[in-house]
Amino acid sequence: MESIAFYIIGSIVIVSALLMVISRQLVHSIVYMVVSFIGVGGLFILLQAEFVAAVQILVYAGGIVVLFLFVVMLVNLNEVNQVEYLHRQWAPAGVMLLVLVAEIGVLLWGNAGALTVAPEQAETVLRAVDHGNTETIGMTLYTDFLLPFEIASMLLLVAMIGAIYLAMKRA
Amino acid sequence: MGTLGLSHYLLLSAALFGIGVTGVLVRRNVIMVLMCLELIFNAANINLVAVARYRPDLAGQIFTIFTITVAAAEVAIGLGLVIAMFRNKQTVNVDDVHLLEG
Repeated sequence: MESIAFYIIGSIVIVSALLMVISRQLVHSIVYMVVSFIGVGGLFILLQAEFVAAVQILVYAGGIVVLFLFVVMLVNLNEVNQVEYLHRQWAPAGVMLLVLVAEIGVLLWGNAGALTVAPEQAETVLRAVDHGNTETIGMTLYTDFLLPFEIASMLLLVAMIGAIYLAMKRA
Repeated sequence: MGTLGLSHYLLLSAALFGIGVTGVLVRRNVIMVLMCLELIFNAANINLVAVARYRPDLAGQIFTIFTITVAAAEVAIGLGLVIAMFRNKQTVNVDDVHLLEG
């Protein structure tokens, strides 16, 4: 059951990512990107990470995609569509992609077992507080990871100021 | 189909990473390059969450949340750069911006 869901969602993610890379229209690419992001969120649910799946849907499919759509509408699409949309060297790049994935696959396939440690305990580790994933992440985030959490807020502030400054119209 | 293991997720994320890298190399539109960078981020996130599931350790999921934060910041800055570039150069083609090439 779980593996059937994995193969369906995984093929959706891969196929929509491929369509995103090869489709000529920028808006079509963004739609395929949304499908791919939602598929990755489904994979997170399969991996018992419900909170991360919710964050993935909210931030990626909700926030980042809207940001991309805004910028696509700001720049002039008619002018953009007329130029050749792929580099001339797309064929060597595709071959290198196949070689890279095959190499990673061969290296991973036999050896990923060494990374797996007691997967049957996932239920108790990932849901330690009140049998909920969100509660457990919240507790860990505000105790063990408090400093990184605060630094992340600083990063967001800097990014916000930087984005406003870059997009600002110079007087 | 066999039981689902860590290898399946790692291989899927390797494929997604490869597609993302190819998109960065092949597309000429800056916005498209940024979108393919998001694919690479997603591949890394799948790796982190999968390892968090198969050697039960919550740190992987926490780290994924931080990665998503960094990705959001990166997109905001990147799209700000795209707007600045379009305003100054009237283009979003990466090949047209080669001032530093010498």
